[in-house]
Amino acid sequence: MSDDSANLRKTPLHALHLARGAKMVPFAGYEMPVQYPTGIIAEHLHTRAKAGLFDVSHMGQVALHGATAAMLETLVPGDIAALPDGRMRYSLLLNDDGGIIDDLMAMNVGGALHLVVNAATKEGDVAHLAARLGSAVRVELHKDRALLALQGPEAAAVLSRFAPGVATMPFLSCAQVGELFITRSGYTGEDGFEISLAADHASDFAERLLAEPEVLPIGLGARDTLRLEAGLCLYGHDIDDATTPVSAGLAWTIGKRRRVEGGFPGAARILAELTSPPPRRRVGMRPDGRAPAREGSAIVDAAGNAIGTVTSGGFSPTLNAPIAMGYVDRTHTAPDTAMSVIVRDVARPAHVAPMPFVPTRYYRAP
Amino acid sequence: MPTLRFTKDHEWIRQDGDTAVIGITDYAQQQLGDIVYVELPAAGTRVEAGKEAAVVESAKAASEVYAPVSGEIVTVNDVIADDPAKVNADPMGEGWFLTVKLDDPKQLDGLMDEAAYQVFVAEQG
Repeated sequence: MSDDSANLRKTPLHALHLARGAKMVPFAGYEMPVQYPTGIIAEHLHTRAKAGLFDVSHMGQVALHGATAAMLETLVPGDIAALPDGRMRYSLLLNDDGGIIDDLMAMNVGGALHLVVNAATKEGDVAHLAARLGSAVRVELHKDRALLALQGPEAAAVLSRFAPGVATMPFLSCAQVGELFITRSGYTGEDGFEISLAADHASDFAERLLAEPEVLPIGLGARDTLRLEAGLCLYGHDIDDATTPVSAGLAWTIGKRRRVEGGFPGAARILAELTSPPPRRRVGMRPDGRAPAREGSAIVDAAGNAIGTVTSGGFSPTLNAPIAMGYVDRTHTAPDTAMSVIVRDVARPAHVAPMPFVPTRYYRAP
Repeated sequence: MPTLRFTKDHEWIRQDGDTAVIGITDYAQQQLGDIVYVELPAAGTRVEAGKEAAVVESAKAASEVYAPVSGEIVTVNDVIADDPAKVNADPMGEGWFLTVKLDDPKQLDGLMDEAAYQVFVAEQG
């Protein structure tokens, strides 16, 4: 392991993770904390109960200098033109077949477009963006900035002590507060914020947040169980360049105007799928027993015929039960449809369940 | 006087006469992290030395538990099937997995005693 870790990149919070006893693992080319001594389940439950701090500095923070909304719309199906200053939305970078190159957050910051993209895909995304947007646009991957996520019902109260006014920021809005660029967003299903700041200040600021009584550091293990409970896709697992927005259950990301006008990669195929559904679709599933069904587990119908594959699965600490998502034949996507998941060669009963598995608690202005 | 032995796969076995109790070590539960599921074999079936005897799933992944010796399973610990966190809390006590009637008590001779196991764990870094 020590041989590999020499080749892994480190985030600005690397020393903080080690000092707090994190178990470090390779992830997307980085050495990242999978858990702290607290443990995945306690970290998960703490984030749902109070506030958890995540280091997501491995993710790609991208500025599209000189890009207009219309230019970005040639690469994503979202309505970027309708995105007001100070707002963000979830969208998808598509290939010409309508497959998903990456999922991302796109934001309008004073008329300039910024993206946050996945760690494992960021270099490829930047190359794709640069090639497709042309020489009038400069695509900058920020290497001097860290990204923290503060998530949970106490996140707003905590962050307000450092950044007054954030408690009333609308969901999916962004604001510069002092040296912090703050968005009300996250990957847990909870209220929370993502905080972009200069890399050389990140560790100090993280320590100040962690000194607050509500906050514990949370590793990638709990980040994964939290996002799975929230029904959110993990790129490279639940979505990839062979899945389309419609098969992935992400048709809601296609703006109304975009459905009429098209003009995004794979539009012909994707718009056709809206009326003529693709053969398989992503669904949530609840196995009946306690055995988790992991990624790659086959899904079969009552007669034992293969109808799909699990793409993410694990144990839900909130529900104290296994949960999973995966792709199944469109004839088996209705809620409560009975099926079985094959775990260690044994078919175990399961059924289609609505997502999110745990109700989301995003901020709603009073 | 029971004999306590350990495997390189981090199982423990406590022999008393021709039966033995089997579980996973404290090091193993620490490495696994929160255990959320345990799959146990049926009493009356057999385990073979070095072969899979049970499965534990942590929050992250599934891992096999190997039988340190061969024999017939006498009892399994249903308590950990219902409350897998007991394996984390008390791996050498309440978190035991199964008891076996030993084919050959001499199979324990090839396993590590506690001192040797502590050295082995220390070398895992």
